[in-house]
Amino acid sequence: MSETVDILLTVNGTQRSANVEPRKTLADVLRDDLELTGTHVGCEHGVCGACTVLIDGEAARSCLTFAVQVRGSEIVTIEGLAEDGEMNPLQQAMQASHGFQCGFCTPGFLMQITALMNENPKPSEPEIREALSGNVCRCTGYQSIVAGVLRATGQSPISDSTHQE
Amino acid sequence: MGERLPLRSRPTPTVHSRSSGDQLKSPPFAYVAPTSVEEALTLLAEHGDEAKLLAGGQSLVPLLALRLASPSALIDLSGVPELDYVRRENDHIAIGAMTRERAVERSEVVREFVPLLSVAMPLIGHLAIRNRGTVGGSAAHADPSAEIPAVAIACDAEVVVRSSARGERTITSDDFFQGFFSTALEPDEALIELRFPVVGPGTGVAFEEATRRHGDFAMVGAAAAVRTEGAHIVEARIVVIGVSDKPVRRREAEQALAGAEPTRAAFEEAAALAADSLTPPSDLHGTSTYRRHLVRVLVRRALESAVQHSQEGG
Repeated sequence: MSETVDILLTVNGTQRSANVEPRKTLADVLRDDLELTGTHVGCEHGVCGACTVLIDGEAARSCLTFAVQVRGSEIVTIEGLAEDGEMNPLQQAMQASHGFQCGFCTPGFLMQITALMNENPKPSEPEIREALSGNVCRCTGYQSIVAGVLRATGQSPISDSTHQE
Repeated sequence: MGERLPLRSRPTPTVHSRSSGDQLKSPPFAYVAPTSVEEALTLLAEHGDEAKLLAGGQSLVPLLALRLASPSALIDLSGVPELDYVRRENDHIAIGAMTRERAVERSEVVREFVPLLSVAMPLIGHLAIRNRGTVGGSAAHADPSAEIPAVAIACDAEVVVRSSARGERTITSDDFFQGFFSTALEPDEALIELRFPVVGPGTGVAFEEATRRHGDFAMVGAAAAVRTEGAHIVEARIVVIGVSDKPVRRREAEQALAGAEPTRAAFEEAAALAADSLTPPSDLHGTSTYRRHLVRVLVRRALESAVQHSQEGG
């Protein structure tokens, strides 16, 4: 144990505080201290993207950021996407396109896609693939995920998708 | 032992909580969060060489998570906004150590005046990494396969470092990057700024890499900056990564191109010169021979694309 530090974060619009060891990553604090277990941890060294959240509007690896580094920041996690208990349009589009199977990587993908859509409301397929290149999915083969993003942004799904409409 | 307990009397399973003890990935460290460069340097001098500066953490946190590093103290620079800037100063562009890679990628000033740095940015990791990773952090980490050190060496960038005891000094990139994860920084010194000379008119640039997966560190990479005037090359700069313990300039190849016409034959000759004298290491990802082959291919591609870029107006 090392000395603990008081931190204050805004998580999904709500002020949260915690008293944490400095070596706790943002992912650890979200999951263990704030009990927001929607953020998944995969590799825990920055390769897989499962733990992606938004820090002050930008996608970031919550496993590669100590919570103490982002004191005072605004964090958005997968729990922050639904509106009044209803899946948001991105979540609905992903469901309609079968954009996940086991679901482990899904929170990271959705947060990365949210960041992409905030910056670029109509991304092309290459832009989608570039933005998602840091997120690993071992089930879907990615086609249905890309199709989900196209659907969410009001574009027709890719023609060679394995999930024809 | 081994006897099956009746369900009811089984001990309550311990919920896997990582809030205590050694269930956390990183080893423990003392944590300090200065709010100015001056304070950071004083803390660095106090804590000595067992302390590490924490910039964006995109290289340091994985090292801690894998327990390849266990510094006694981390000095977090998150609260030092004075190191976050990109600005033009006379004949160079100054970039503060805490400037995020994504900010450099988006910078119009960098695109116009240090185009090689601009084209290298998207090759660093992934978006989410570049949102947190910093220019100074990458330079101080000195991964031999990283892009920022390669661009610094190609551009003859200068590195400004500072300590509380001895003040500031400026080091050439060539001297700053010393080898595998090793730089000219003294234990009490912090990297403050990188200074990239403004490129001359008619300069085209390219950064080519061969990676096993998109966003991985390159097996081999080649950076090229070529300045043409009329039908001739005035100056070429070539740096290769993934073949040694630091990025290497290929001066013989550069000299062969000075004054030459930008033809395929000239590029092939230069690429051969860049590759032939190298003895890259062999590892899981590629043999020495394969890496040398990649140098030849990537240098040629980088030169071709740099010249094309210069003809499109730089």
